[in-house]
Amino acid sequence: MKALRNLLDNIKPHVQKGAKFEKFHSTFDALETLFFVPNTTNKNGVHVRDAVDLKRTMAIVVKALIPALLFGIWNTGYQHFLAMGVDAGFWAEVGHGALKVLPIVIVSYGVGLGVEFIFAQFRGHEVQEGFLVSGMLIPLVLPVDVPLWMVAVATVFAVIIGKEVFGGTGMNIWNPALVARAFLFFAYPSKMSGDKVWISGLSNGEGVIDGFSGATSLGQAASGVAPSHSIMESFIGMIPGSIGETSTLAILIGAAILIYTGIGSWKIIVSVFAGGYVMGLLFNLWGANALMQVDALHHICIGGFAFGAVFMATDPVSATRTERGKWIYGFLIGFLAIMVRVFNPAYPEGVMLAILLMNTFAPLIDHYVVQGNIKRRLKRAKVAA
Amino acid sequence: MSEVIKIKKGLDIQLSGKAEKVFGQADLPELFAIRPTDFHGVVPKMAVKVGDKVKTGTVLFFDKYRPEIKFVSPVSGELAAVNRGERRKILEIVVKSDGSDEKEHFEPTKVSDLSKEQIVEKLQAAGLWSFIRKRPYDVIADANETPKAFYISGFDSAPLAPDMDFILSGQEEALQAGINVVKQLCENVHIGVQYDAASKVFNNLNGVTVHAFNGPHPAGNVGVQIHHTMPISKGEVVWVAQPQEIVAIGKLFTEGIYDASRIVVLAGSEVEKKAYYRTKLGASISTLVKDNVKKNDTLRYISGNVLTGTQIEEDGYIGAYHSQVTVIPEGDYYEFMGWALPGFGKFSMSRSFFSWMCKKKEYRLDANMHGGLRSFVVSGQYDQVLPMDILPEFLFRAILVEDIDKMEQLGIYEIAEEDIALCEFVCTSKQPLQATLRKGIDLMIKELS
Repeated sequence: MKALRNLLDNIKPHVQKGAKFEKFHSTFDALETLFFVPNTTNKNGVHVRDAVDLKRTMAIVVKALIPALLFGIWNTGYQHFLAMGVDAGFWAEVGHGALKVLPIVIVSYGVGLGVEFIFAQFRGHEVQEGFLVSGMLIPLVLPVDVPLWMVAVATVFAVIIGKEVFGGTGMNIWNPALVARAFLFFAYPSKMSGDKVWISGLSNGEGVIDGFSGATSLGQAASGVAPSHSIMESFIGMIPGSIGETSTLAILIGAAILIYTGIGSWKIIVSVFAGGYVMGLLFNLWGANALMQVDALHHICIGGFAFGAVFMATDPVSATRTERGKWIYGFLIGFLAIMVRVFNPAYPEGVMLAILLMNTFAPLIDHYVVQGNIKRRLKRAKVAA
Repeated sequence: MSEVIKIKKGLDIQLSGKAEKVFGQADLPELFAIRPTDFHGVVPKMAVKVGDKVKTGTVLFFDKYRPEIKFVSPVSGELAAVNRGERRKILEIVVKSDGSDEKEHFEPTKVSDLSKEQIVEKLQAAGLWSFIRKRPYDVIADANETPKAFYISGFDSAPLAPDMDFILSGQEEALQAGINVVKQLCENVHIGVQYDAASKVFNNLNGVTVHAFNGPHPAGNVGVQIHHTMPISKGEVVWVAQPQEIVAIGKLFTEGIYDASRIVVLAGSEVEKKAYYRTKLGASISTLVKDNVKKNDTLRYISGNVLTGTQIEEDGYIGAYHSQVTVIPEGDYYEFMGWALPGFGKFSMSRSFFSWMCKKKEYRLDANMHGGLRSFVVSGQYDQVLPMDILPEFLFRAILVEDIDKMEQLGIYEIAEEDIALCEFVCTSKQPLQATLRKGIDLMIKELS
């Protein structure tokens, strides 16, 4: 640690402004701040500062994603061997899952951070931490059989179009990870939907037991069949689906971490679930087709609903930024997600579209909350006058 | 006492190094200084030259644009130096004390015999007008404006702040005299007190409305108290002052002197003898901290509290509006993997460090930034520590794009830097919010005058 510090101190003068390698300042800075919290002290304004910073915040979100990631790794293997009709045992399942999932994670981080470094280099600013989370979110919302080159293309698209064109972390309109998913969903629909893509090895069909369907609950309901997985199975997550989205339980553990640390907004999480549940109940009353008849509770346990509610909707940059706005924003996400699902079976993944849509409308919601504040102040002035 | 006003939002930063309620002994220093930069918007013009003899109460400088606002010497002696910074901006006006405390004489007068104009004149002549500030903008009050109220906060809720009751005990008469003066300027005098404190000093005052507040910092900020009792709308003005300043005003009228004496608290984790000291406004802290601080780390000396104070040298001077000196570690070190480690013993409003598991009663915080400057990312943090019906983030955005109308609509008239200091403390993106707000206020003053 001391040696590392000395090494960095030796390099530092050569990458400062005006020195020979000044171009590499942002890269050096990124590496230095990765290992050491810098020694800068407060110059004006407050003399003491809260210990939390953006790196810490992002690191907490990544930690909150770990239960979903681990479960996804196991479930990938479990589903694979289920389709093969083989009882391979726990460790073989984890091994298979790891072989499938980790390359996607590595590609996502490698490509995304590469793009981030290049942008920081050109713009001469520090490498920002936003991608630490996006890099983990992207793999978790993809089907396991997605080709790695697609992951790379989607990540590049997400970082550049989803974030850097707006000015980087903190400036983006949409959640970058969802931009990646939406890009793949519309560019390569055959790899992103249907019954075959959710279980590893199913699309090439080798060794799959006869009559095995890899359809997700949503896929089944959309085609008019009641989902074959029970609510409990869906809650635990032993169902086909995107890598990290299947286990509502693992996601709720992440939610607990986010809420307890105060990093994720509990208001958004609660209101998304509430919105989805209310919409589900309304459709239950109507009950015109199989999707409408899916139990409201079941609705919020299947598909990407829980994952979207906990990890996507809560992205503070693309969500509403007023406290009152968060309730409205979250509720509408849940509400619209179920509505898209039910009314448009071609897009069973309504959550993604609902969140992107509400990302777009978040500034509008904030606008009305801000106007409310302004009106209250004006009214007060009139009463006093 | 009227009903207790409950303040829910806010944060008490549990700093270690609280002072005991005892007086420490320290000699008065040789050097005293007035910093024109303590008074926002004042452009100093010197009234004396280096080497001139001055008495306590002799005018040192005045405001170039409002020459009636004068600033006087806290001691008698001679003008030792005028320290200038970039572009010859005057930073400090240093007076070397001769120890005799020879005073300029101002006639003691009965307040009731004087008109409002005469009182204002007397305060200005004795250099006391600078202690009456106004909201909006938190600048020295304009005597031509008619305030709707005069507010005095009777307690300081900032970290390690002094206990006002302790400071004022024994000075009740002068305080009441000062209140009587202020009442001639503005009939409507309000005092905010802490609900559970046995604040006899304030409850026994005549002619004031007392409001009791219960809650964490910034409940003691006068801006928060005004917001909860008589919010400022466009075009309205409230004058404010601090209790020790009211005492000085009282003494001007009863004894006919300019009294610069102040009781300050010396606190902070690095101070050995944490106590209250009798000193004077503008005094050098050299005699207070000499052989009285821990020498292990680089130290940061602050005139004022850790949220809003001014960084000074170890022989720097106590600011004009401060009654506190804080000493904390500078914190200029690199921390290995600090963002990833569990972080026991770190203070954070979020629970992202494991310190929530072993809650310490007091934290020894240093001046390290704990991260780099980023754009706004996390939302809702500021709202948790600003107990006002204001949307801080949107106000800052309006300031950053210099949108005067929005700033006005979003309530810039109601807040001062001290009110949003906690927002700056908790900010994950390490934004310089107090500086941003001051920029906005300066812009408002410039555009609306």
